[in-house]
Amino acid sequence: MATDPPAFARPRPGTQPPPLYPDYASTQKRAPKRPPIRFEHTLSETTGPVFEGGWAGPDAADLTRQHKGAPLGERMILAGRVLDEDGRPVPGTLIELWQCNSAGRYHHPVDQHDAPLDPNFTGAGQVVTNAEGGYRFLTIKPGAYPWRNSLNAWRPAHIHLAVFGPAFVTRLNTQMYFPGDPLLAYDPIYQSTADAAARERLIAQYDPELSEPEWALGYRWDMVLRGRAATPMDPA
Amino acid sequence: MAQKLIPTPSQTVGPFFHLGLDRPEWSDLTAGNPQGTPLGERIVIEGRVLDGDGAPVPDALIELWQANAAGRYAHPDNRQTDKPLDPNFRGFGRVATDAEGRFRFTTIKPGPVPGRGNSLQAPHINVILFSRGLLIHLHTRIYFDGEPANTADPLLSSIEDPAVRGTLLARRAEGSGSQEGTPARYRFDIVLQGENETAFLDL
Repeated sequence: MATDPPAFARPRPGTQPPPLYPDYASTQKRAPKRPPIRFEHTLSETTGPVFEGGWAGPDAADLTRQHKGAPLGERMILAGRVLDEDGRPVPGTLIELWQCNSAGRYHHPVDQHDAPLDPNFTGAGQVVTNAEGGYRFLTIKPGAYPWRNSLNAWRPAHIHLAVFGPAFVTRLNTQMYFPGDPLLAYDPIYQSTADAAARERLIAQYDPELSEPEWALGYRWDMVLRGRAATPMDPA
Repeated sequence: MAQKLIPTPSQTVGPFFHLGLDRPEWSDLTAGNPQGTPLGERIVIEGRVLDGDGAPVPDALIELWQANAAGRYAHPDNRQTDKPLDPNFRGFGRVATDAEGRFRFTTIKPGPVPGRGNSLQAPHINVILFSRGLLIHLHTRIYFDGEPANTADPLLSSIEDPAVRGTLLARRAEGSGSQEGTPARYRFDIVLQGENETAFLDL
């Protein structure tokens, strides 16, 4: 039917993590066992929340100025674009970010890691992408921290980011990692995606052009959301 | 055709997502509109998120997306010009589970929305569930038990096992909503794994 909304592309095999990944212990009792029901996209899937008119609140893209003093740690800029898989920018979409402090401790009651809290760092921010799909946060580099997944397990330094995109099926919740981190090889959450090129997507690049002299290191990281599925009319 | 980019892999929200994502005010989809309250029947949906042992999941986050009472989504791609937009209803909500795995949100009952072809989808709320232990979020839907349109709904009628179909039905609490001014209360549990496992969708 001509009136059907254009569907979004399905992920290629291995480019997204599976529900069950036993090395990440928490998946074992939480991953569904029954195969999900495949369903062709309708308006319910191809639409999604629009965050215009300040509904999401003011931009909070600077995590270093949320308290009286400056947070401890390496100041860093995280910037990039939100694109779809055809390389088209995704403007006007909400990005939400959270992270631990430079010592590896979250400002969260559940986090009992024996590392100091930083009274000048909460670790939460949000921004809406501009017309080119661009975004920019100023923050401090998060620390690595231990977790109880297995003996002597440490999470590589990472920043959590969640982005909506144009539809409910483009929703993405992910984590950004730093290049050259030796902990990546041991991290089941990072390793859960089978496809090596897809995993590389999770690693930001150090960008000297983005760094600000005498001020902050620059890391560039683009997020790529699902794009529209090719229609049968498209040339192969 | 140009080489497609690989979409960014999903990663778990982990146990500390409240820091960045929890906005308790978003659990009432009828609130926050300066111009007034949305049209339609105000309802409350409550339930629990449970794991494969039947244990509560205290660190789950549920996101909701739905049409307004007339059955129109507040989105530019929804061009059903025969149905009005409601300036007081955006249709998006979010609620985190508490220490006992419970959640509760307030909304209005959505209208039916078009399906593929000439089909009509019964009133439903689209659900995304995030939690620690989920590397990628889950999709499901909340339908309303006893709704006449359910029998012709393309998704519900594609599920042969009535027990599986039943996992998508919110059940109205007896006697709720009968008093003037009190919303009807519906029960909807999400079971991640095992017996009574919720029907999740591959979208």
